Amino acid sequence: MTLQEAKFEYLLRLGDSSLIIGHRLSEWCGHGPILEEDIALINIALDFVGNATSLLEYAGKVEGKGRNEDDLAFMRGEREYRNLLITEQPNGDYANTIARQFLFDAHMFFLYEELKNSKDETIAAIAVKSHKEITYHLRHTSQWMLRLGDGTAESHTRLQNAVNELWMFTSELFDMDEVDAILIKEGIVPDLTKVKAAWEKQVNEVFAEATLTVPETKFKQKGSKEGKHSEHLGFLLAEMQYVHRSFPDAKW
Amino acid sequence: MPITFSKDEIFKLLSEIPDPEIPVINIIELGILREVKFIDDECVVVITPTYTGCPAMKVIEDDIKIKLKEIGIEKVKVELVLTPAWTTDWISDEAKEKLRAYGIAPPDHSSVDKKVLLGKARDLKCPLCGSKRTEMISQFGSTACKALYRCLDCKEPFDYFKCL
Ligand SMILES: [Zn+2]
Repeated sequence: MTLQEAKFEYLLRLGDSSLIIGHRLSEWCGHGPILEEDIALINIALDFVGNATSLLEYAGKVEGKGRNEDDLAFMRGEREYRNLLITEQPNGDYANTIARQFLFDAHMFFLYEELKNSKDETIAAIAVKSHKEITYHLRHTSQWMLRLGDGTAESHTRLQNAVNELWMFTSELFDMDEVDAILIKEGIVPDLTKVKAAWEKQVNEVFAEATLTVPETKFKQKGSKEGKHSEHLGFLLAEMQYVHRSFPDAKW
Repeated sequence: MPITFSKDEIFKLLSEIPDPEIPVINIIELGILREVKFIDDECVVVITPTYTGCPAMKVIEDDIKIKLKEIGIEKVKVELVLTPAWTTDWISDEAKEKLRAYGIAPPDHSSVDKKVLLGKARDLKCPLCGSKRTEMISQFGSTACKALYRCLDCKEPFDYFKCL
């Protein structure tokens, strides 16, 4: 694998994760439990889609085959998508959404903190910009973890169940393969061991304060790096890509 | 046809473009317009987004092209840059006063850091009555760059331009 191929693959992983979780959050538009949350989730969704736009645009340039961010977002099938499995999991109830978002936000916060030092200028620039936004996201979801976890018996139970269900997708956040190895060597991306330690610390602290138990699930679901997704991604893409594929040359 | 205008004249012209979401301040006061370059007969305008997903950027790009076309510059390229990352520190003091008069509490001078993770809300002055007895309703307001607050004295809700 060449450096260029590794970089393209890595940008897809980052960009796809942001795009898919952004799309999931956008599904809450008009359905939020309270108006302020409706607005908050859509604002956060917008940040993710913006981040994905920058990453996929750059991915297209790195690939050098003339594909732009829209081609990559709307004209790839699910097996070509590289988003982390946790990002495509359905919204469920509000506890499910908050748990998924918190686990992912914490990961992104520490990952992008490292990516700010990337030797690739474009990746560093995107990371600096996005890290400022992620800081707000993580604060928001951390507060909701506390409110729900340390709230009523009902909210606590729902949040604990949500965390238990999602836990098997968390180990994948820190998996590394040949792509990582090539880019780590060039100082373009961080070794995820460091990110994992920071993530675990943050998660443990918030869980303790929210009176949640860290699940003991040993089973680890993986597959996104090879484009092997859960059954949910296909439906998501069908909805997300429908208009673009129906009217491929439409101009707005 | 070569461009006969100076960069200062272009800047002055583009200062007539308001931010689409906060029409009381223009794109220069907000720090979005970064640079104007002439490359042969083409005018290159460099802008930077406040937030990465800011939907106003497309509108601003169109506004720039329309403005320049009015004075006969047809070849225009609008470039989006991310470095250096936009910060609320770039909003001029004069523009902050305009924001306050418009009913939006302007950002403080500090930039975000890890401390915000603790979620410590700070004293914010109500832009309507000046009271410091205010509280945050939501970190996310009417647009990506704002949070929602309310005043406990005059009871009015208001937007706060978040520090970034
Ligand atoms: Zn007031």
